[in-house]
Amino acid sequence: MKVSMKVNGVERGGDIEPRVLLVDFLRTNLAQTGTHIGCDTTSCGACTVLLDGEPVKSCTLLAVQVDGRNITTVEGLASGSTLSPMQAGFHEEHGLQCGFCTPGMMLVGTALLERNPDPTEDEIRWAISGNICRCTGYMNIVKAIQHAAKAQAAAQAKISETVAVAGGE
Amino acid sequence: MATATHLHGRIGESIKRKEDARFLRGKGNYLDDFVLPNMLHMAIFRSPHAHARIKSIDTSAAGAMPGVIAVVTGELMAQHKLAWMPTLSGDTQAVLATDKVRFQGQEVAAVIAETKYLAEDARDAIIVDYEVLPAVTSPDGAKTAGAPLIRDEKEGQKDNHIYHWESGNQATTQAAFAKAHKVVRLHTFYPRCHPAPLETCGCIADVNGATGKATIYMTSQAPHAIRTVFALVTGLPEQQIRIISPDIGGGFGNKVPVYPGYVVATAASLLIGRPVKWVEDRTENLISTGFARDYHMTGDLAVDEKGKMLALRVHLDSDNGAFFADAQPSKFKAGLFHIVTGSYDIPTAHVTADGYYTNKAPGGVAYRCSFRVTEASYLIERLVTNAAIELGLDQAEFRKQNFIKPEQFPYTSATGWVYDSGDYPKAMDVALEKLGYAELRKDVERRRKQGEVTGIGIASFTEVVGAGHGAEFDILGLRMFDSAELRIHPTGKGLLRMGVKSQGQGHETTFAQIVTEELGIPANDIAVEEGDTDTAPYGLGTYASRSTPVAGAATAMVSRKLREKARKIAAHLLEAAEEDLEWEVGRFYVKGSPDRAKTIQEIAFAAYTNLPEGLEAGLEGVHYYDPPNMTYPFGTYAVVVDIDKGTGQVKVRRMVAVDDCGVRINPMIVEGQIHGGLTEGFGIAFMELITFDSDGNCIGSNFMDYLLPTAWETPRFEMGETVTPSPHHPLGAKGVGESATVGSPAAYVNAVIDALSPYGITNIDMPVGPDKVWAALRKAGVTE
Repeated sequence: MKVSMKVNGVERGGDIEPRVLLVDFLRTNLAQTGTHIGCDTTSCGACTVLLDGEPVKSCTLLAVQVDGRNITTVEGLASGSTLSPMQAGFHEEHGLQCGFCTPGMMLVGTALLERNPDPTEDEIRWAISGNICRCTGYMNIVKAIQHAAKAQAAAQAKISETVAVAGGE
Repeated sequence: MATATHLHGRIGESIKRKEDARFLRGKGNYLDDFVLPNMLHMAIFRSPHAHARIKSIDTSAAGAMPGVIAVVTGELMAQHKLAWMPTLSGDTQAVLATDKVRFQGQEVAAVIAETKYLAEDARDAIIVDYEVLPAVTSPDGAKTAGAPLIRDEKEGQKDNHIYHWESGNQATTQAAFAKAHKVVRLHTFYPRCHPAPLETCGCIADVNGATGKATIYMTSQAPHAIRTVFALVTGLPEQQIRIISPDIGGGFGNKVPVYPGYVVATAASLLIGRPVKWVEDRTENLISTGFARDYHMTGDLAVDEKGKMLALRVHLDSDNGAFFADAQPSKFKAGLFHIVTGSYDIPTAHVTADGYYTNKAPGGVAYRCSFRVTEASYLIERLVTNAAIELGLDQAEFRKQNFIKPEQFPYTSATGWVYDSGDYPKAMDVALEKLGYAELRKDVERRRKQGEVTGIGIASFTEVVGAGHGAEFDILGLRMFDSAELRIHPTGKGLLRMGVKSQGQGHETTFAQIVTEELGIPANDIAVEEGDTDTAPYGLGTYASRSTPVAGAATAMVSRKLREKARKIAAHLLEAAEEDLEWEVGRFYVKGSPDRAKTIQEIAFAAYTNLPEGLEAGLEGVHYYDPPNMTYPFGTYAVVVDIDKGTGQVKVRRMVAVDDCGVRINPMIVEGQIHGGLTEGFGIAFMELITFDSDGNCIGSNFMDYLLPTAWETPRFEMGETVTPSPHHPLGAKGVGESATVGSPAAYVNAVIDALSPYGITNIDMPVGPDKVWAALRKAGVTE
């Protein structure tokens, strides 16, 4: 069965069995191994990707179900060598240890800030509660997302300032 | 004079982690990320029964399915003398079952096929005819007269008993109990739980048909030990085996043992001549690999009329599953459980332990436990809180009264441990002050008067970690030293290779910092490599919080060796006598002439370009460190809980954690380790449970039944520290990875028991779920 989707902005396709899971399509067919498999039952979130900007667990979606849609994986977060604010936040706040849950956590955090740029701690904890981390105890993950929120707000303020200055001229 | 530029990464500096770069970009190299040319995939067929005789195995349909290369059974393995393998506890374990299955999930057959999907399809087409036998699911069941004999294949094995083991002094302990003012008893069951690292176990076996060399990529915390075991099991010469342990997605002890899947995949690759990948799914991980605990413990604490502890008596029954497969020091059948006198100056103690076979998955030593210190710490800390409540004493005061005093170190415990250093009252005071204990105690009384159910729990744990010295501690005779090899390149950059293996602990950063401290080379200039047995020096691996105590010490020692050689080269370059040189971090200078100096980078260059007569070229070395003693981290954890009388739900309002792990090399990483351990301890105390029905069906076989804490339930931790260096470690460090899982479960449960003590409730076994608390309150007559 033919399937095509945009993965991190690039058109990708394949001829696959209908039963192929999205996570296996990404990892095996496209060799994008940043998306991990942790539980097979939608419980742990290691396989989280963004489907048209919303977090989904790719271990319980068929690849053919997302035909024609946009997928963002961890490989799509950085711009060239520049880390996204979320990735930088995880580094600065020691939000990762073994790194296995990290792609899913960062994608959920990215989607959260997209719809809520200034979340409370409870809002962050609720947003990532579908993703399990066995190493960090979550405190530093919360801080990492807060760090990213602050960085994004600062960047936004700078843009607004530039626009205001440009507008004033 | 000293250079003004900041030297990046000295001990005590929380530098950001070097390993993050690849993980943040999804470019980690976990086992399942590797794809080798011509690689096949293996799926394991497992027993649905806990105990059954295999009457027949029909693989014909499976073997005929598309893409299937081979179906392997125990019979085939037996032809190669590989149907059974030795365990790390000197027992044997079935690789693929030939006669009986002895636990649900046991490996019976394996399919090797072109893809993972095809292998799983064919696995489902295997037909096994079983004669189901009664299952044994507890030590009590195992010792019942007429209980089914689980290990009937073992010569001389007449019952389900594995071992009897004792520590301490029975006579003096009995005498002390005879004189006791009061004896407080606690019977508690530390249930089976599972490390459940987010990445499951797996391997890729690649046996080269031309050379015979077996390269095995493996999720292993102890690659060298595994290589040696593999050589012994398969008969392959050890130089023909290369274990590569890539990035590991969490281990927590789950990835120490040798699992049947590794052996079958290797045999299959050897027979077929192509690489074979095997990766467990979550259920396979939870039902068949190294679990933790399953200890039934009875502790008696004798005290005099003034509240002084006089003696401790403990008996435990250990449920080891169908094979005694614990990875633990061979002299100690119950691991290091005899640290059970904990932080207290108890003059005499006697510990007895019996291990039993049951129809459950093998294991027991895993999950951040330091070889059963977790169970020991839980028992003594629960017992001490119960004793305080029963004697009408304050939990904190009673502990302080009986602590080993700072001036008593080095302290020899009643069971023979020599504690290296400690200041228990200080850690307790820091915790109580952080908590605002005195005020909080009054607040608890006020709330109780208003009908609230609330309490405070304390645990003042002492850990024993490091797993050395070699004369006492070995696995299958391998002494538990560890190693570091350091090469400084001509440009002053370096490569550090270690015998341990990080699973997220940040070794690439921490161990580079030790070189920074010892040689003055910035941490970013030192690459750290682990996990490849063809390149790393031999080591016993990472578990039991031993990497910093043992391999960290080896890193310091090899750096010092290199510094001594650097001194000779510097003397040559500066035309001075060696003894006239002074070292300050990063350079040698001539005494009295600080401007006449050579930096370590200049010296490194000279080591390859301009050597004194007679000195070997290069600046590299290796050190094998056999520690003179274990290290003894400690701390006090304090928890405040509120309990909903209507639902039995426990809410952790506060959690204060004060740890003393000696000198902290990277405080950020240390704190991260403690956060993780406190969270796993929280999970164990309240949520995580692997249990079985009477037929031996495993309940807790996926993440919908085996409950792990998420960000929503997990408490916010309030951290504190004291620093009491280890006197025998070259850096004063003690190790920290397991302190929080060892110490915190008792603190959580003690808080619950303190809250419930006004109702006469003295124990609830973990996990303390709302159902158990609700039932206990109802039984005590609380209705709401």
